[in-house]
Amino acid sequence: MDKFTTLTGIAAPMPLVNIDTDMIIPKQFLKTIQRSGLGKNLFDEMRYTQDGQEIPDFVLNQPAYRNAQILVAGDNFGCGSSREHAPWALLDFGIRCVISTSFADIFFNNCFKNGILPIVLPQDQVDVLMADAKKGANARITVDLEAQTVTTSDGQSFRFEVDPFRKHCLLNGLDDIGLTLEKAAAIDSFEKKVATLRPWA
Amino acid sequence: MTAPRTLYDKIWDDHVVHQAEDGTCLLYIDRHLVHEVTSPQAFEGLRMTGRKVRAPEKTIAVPDHNVPTTAGRDKHIDNEESRIQVEALDKNAKDFGINYYPVSDIRQGIVHIVGPEQGWTLPGMTVVCGDSHTATHGAFGALAHGIGTSEVEHVLATQTLIQKKSKNMKVEITGSLRPGVTAKDITLSVIGATGTAGGTGYVIEYCGQAIRELSMEGRMTVCNMAIEGGARAGLIAPDEKTFAYVQGRPHAPKGAKWEAALAYWKTLFTDEGAHFDKVVTIRGEDIAPVVTWGTSPEDVLPITGVVPSPDDFSGGKGDAAKRSLDYMGLTPGMKLTDIAIDTVFIGSCTNGRIEDLRAAAAILKGKKIKVKRAMVVPGSGLVRAQAEEEGLAQIFIDAGFEWRLAGCSMCLAMNPDQLAPGERCAATSNRNFEGRQGRGGRTHLLSPAMAAAAAITGHLTDVRELMAEKV
Repeated sequence: MDKFTTLTGIAAPMPLVNIDTDMIIPKQFLKTIQRSGLGKNLFDEMRYTQDGQEIPDFVLNQPAYRNAQILVAGDNFGCGSSREHAPWALLDFGIRCVISTSFADIFFNNCFKNGILPIVLPQDQVDVLMADAKKGANARITVDLEAQTVTTSDGQSFRFEVDPFRKHCLLNGLDDIGLTLEKAAAIDSFEKKVATLRPWA
Repeated sequence: MTAPRTLYDKIWDDHVVHQAEDGTCLLYIDRHLVHEVTSPQAFEGLRMTGRKVRAPEKTIAVPDHNVPTTAGRDKHIDNEESRIQVEALDKNAKDFGINYYPVSDIRQGIVHIVGPEQGWTLPGMTVVCGDSHTATHGAFGALAHGIGTSEVEHVLATQTLIQKKSKNMKVEITGSLRPGVTAKDITLSVIGATGTAGGTGYVIEYCGQAIRELSMEGRMTVCNMAIEGGARAGLIAPDEKTFAYVQGRPHAPKGAKWEAALAYWKTLFTDEGAHFDKVVTIRGEDIAPVVTWGTSPEDVLPITGVVPSPDDFSGGKGDAAKRSLDYMGLTPGMKLTDIAIDTVFIGSCTNGRIEDLRAAAAILKGKKIKVKRAMVVPGSGLVRAQAEEEGLAQIFIDAGFEWRLAGCSMCLAMNPDQLAPGERCAATSNRNFEGRQGRGGRTHLLSPAMAAAAAITGHLTDVRELMAEKV
């Protein structure tokens, strides 16, 4: 997993609420057995017509946002299916950070496993960032994970909360499984204990 | 003396392997269910790092999302990408030595129906799967939730998950349901009341008389859609119905182990005075048969209602409602019962169990469908066989339904069962998202009885009116 330290990039505004993972990556693209290559199908049904033509109005098709690295989105982003193809598609497109008032639980978890930082901020602050994102490609938002701040193009800064363990993993690009396997002895002894306590399990 | 604990607290406490100072826990996983769509990258990860499946005996795989529901699928799957995914699962199950129900096995079906049916899901367990509807298993008083593929790999390799504890939420349904009202109406009504983000950050415990009065099938329907309310998991405390359902299933404990398990399971309830961070109470008598009108599961209304106007909502929801109405091709103010239906889909992990088929067949008996097409996709090969034995299959076939083989089918339309653009479907599944059942397809979520009612009238219908006819 790539580290996430600081990011200064174009933010694309997506004010729609309840953007679900079926919108982010429709099911026909879940048939892959790889993690890569999904960026071209990110938001596929919002981004392309049935015959594959770009829909010019869609934000990521607009010249200013084609290289967006940040999404500023409406409430409850990433709801629905657990498909990790959603963060894989975002990452493959180049999105490293999503900002919203809330995220669905599984999507939120999946982001951290892929070097994407989901940031939760109050509505009034998301409104400010949304307005900034709407300015287009010249308005670059800066995210500093170490300092836990998001800064608008005109220097207005907001502090965000992030779980310390997840922050540590993102800053250092750490693999969860490697970390957990360091606790193999604790798992062994738990299994021994349960074999007596709950032998049917 | 320990402080009073919720059911969630108890299951959580019994599975903590390690707790860090910041509260991050390593949680032990008792059952890991696996399907073909969210697992190939995880198995590939194991291969690349030379890791094994830590507990293959606790890992159960079944192909369900991609599989066609028509005959001959055990010989050949036409769609190449689907075939590759199913073949990958065949190979991964064999290479890593995990429990497996291939397409050719009568026990194959939707992973969340197979788990309980085979007795893999037991009270007090932790159950995960790379699928958001893992919440289903909460009906047994098991802590069950969906995970992403990275976490699938983590569980395969370590039999644990890195977790922070959620908050406790209680959803109480008091009193009894009125005739024609089902578990699906409960779960949709709860989401209608709390919103799709209302449960975010919580594990929900469903309780109250109306929940106790549900069968295990109904309880699974309720918990299944906890995720649609944003919750990590839904739980229902196990009781005599739970124990009776579990007893005798192939992987349920037997003999002395059964007795020991039963003694433990009887401790799995929320203690008097335990703290809930959020409480929602709904009167069972107030719940009507409901349908969804929009493209979010929170867009729920009683069937007696009318299509709302975007002006009825505030904030971002107004814009979302306008978009939904455009997508759904509906006009504010029109009666829900005036919405004509093209297709009826009965099935899914929400409503693909035997009780669901019985409820639909009871409405359909002796009638013919007035929709263009209707299909029943049983949740498992065993549900299908039982429905045939009970004569339900013949009722569906006589009414004009297609009688399919088990799988996820048109719930998410990864297999050939899809809606065409503009096609309007009354579906017993769980998501009405844009494009969910096929690009441009329009989905109305409802109960199996309501789906059957729509099938025979050709439009959304209050099932209670048809029930009155029968009396």
